[in-house]
Amino acid sequence: MLHTVNKSPFQNSSLEDCLRVAQKGDVILLLEDGVYAASAGTAKSSLIEKVVKQNAVYAIEADLKARGLGNLIKDVGIASYGDFVDLVEKHTAHAWL
Amino acid sequence: MAATGKKVMVTVRRAPHGSIYVQESVEVMFIFATYDMDLSVVFLDDGVLALQKGQDTKGLGIKGFMASLGALVDWEVTNVYVDRQSLKDRNIAEDAIISIGKDDDTDAPIRPKVLDSAEIAKMMAAQHAIASF
Repeated sequence: MLHTVNKSPFQNSSLEDCLRVAQKGDVILLLEDGVYAASAGTAKSSLIEKVVKQNAVYAIEADLKARGLGNLIKDVGIASYGDFVDLVEKHTAHAWL
Repeated sequence: MAATGKKVMVTVRRAPHGSIYVQESVEVMFIFATYDMDLSVVFLDDGVLALQKGQDTKGLGIKGFMASLGALVDWEVTNVYVDRQSLKDRNIAEDAIISIGKDDDTDAPIRPKVLDSAEIAKMMAAQHAIASF
C-alpha cells in the first residue's frame, strides 16, 4: 500500500489517522502541506521518527523547497514527481485528505 | 487617504502554498494598508510557516508571495507579530524568520515581533474588526 498525506500535522489529524491504519512495509508519501511532518525537531516530529523505522517514508522535493524545509528527520527519502508516479504504479494508493 | 481611526487585525493561521489562504491574507494586508487603517498582522499556528526563510516555489510552478511579505514595511505595514509558541512547536528559531523590510537609516532587517499568546490575546481584544485566514 501507498499512503499519501497532504495536510499539515499541526492542522488536523490526517497523518495520525493514516499511521493508525498503515501496516508494516507500507509506503508513506508526504506531499503539499504534508511535508511539514518531515521537519526535524518539531512538536510533531515523533510521528514520523517512529514510523520511519519500519516503513519507507518519502517527501516530495518541490513541496519541501517551496516551504523552505531542509532540516529533515533522518531516513526520510526525497521524492521527485517522477518517483511519485513510480510509487503509484507499483502500489494501491490511498489518499488521506 | 485619511486615517479612519479604526483598529483592524489580520490573523494568519494556515500554512503557505497548500491552500490560497495565505496568498489572500497578503492581498488583504495591502488593501487595508491602502486605506491607511491602524493595521496589525499576526502570524500564529501554521501561519508562522509562511515566515520560514528560503522558500522557493519554482518547482510548484507558482510565483509565491515571499517578495510581498518582504516589502510590508514599504507599504507602512509595520505592526507585524508572530506567536512564540507556534514557532517553537515548528522548530523555527525566532531569529531565523524572514524580514519584512529594512530600517531606513541603518539598513538593518526588520522582522515580525515575537509575542506570547497572552499579549496577542490582549491585542485581539482591542480591535474593531479582525479578518482571519
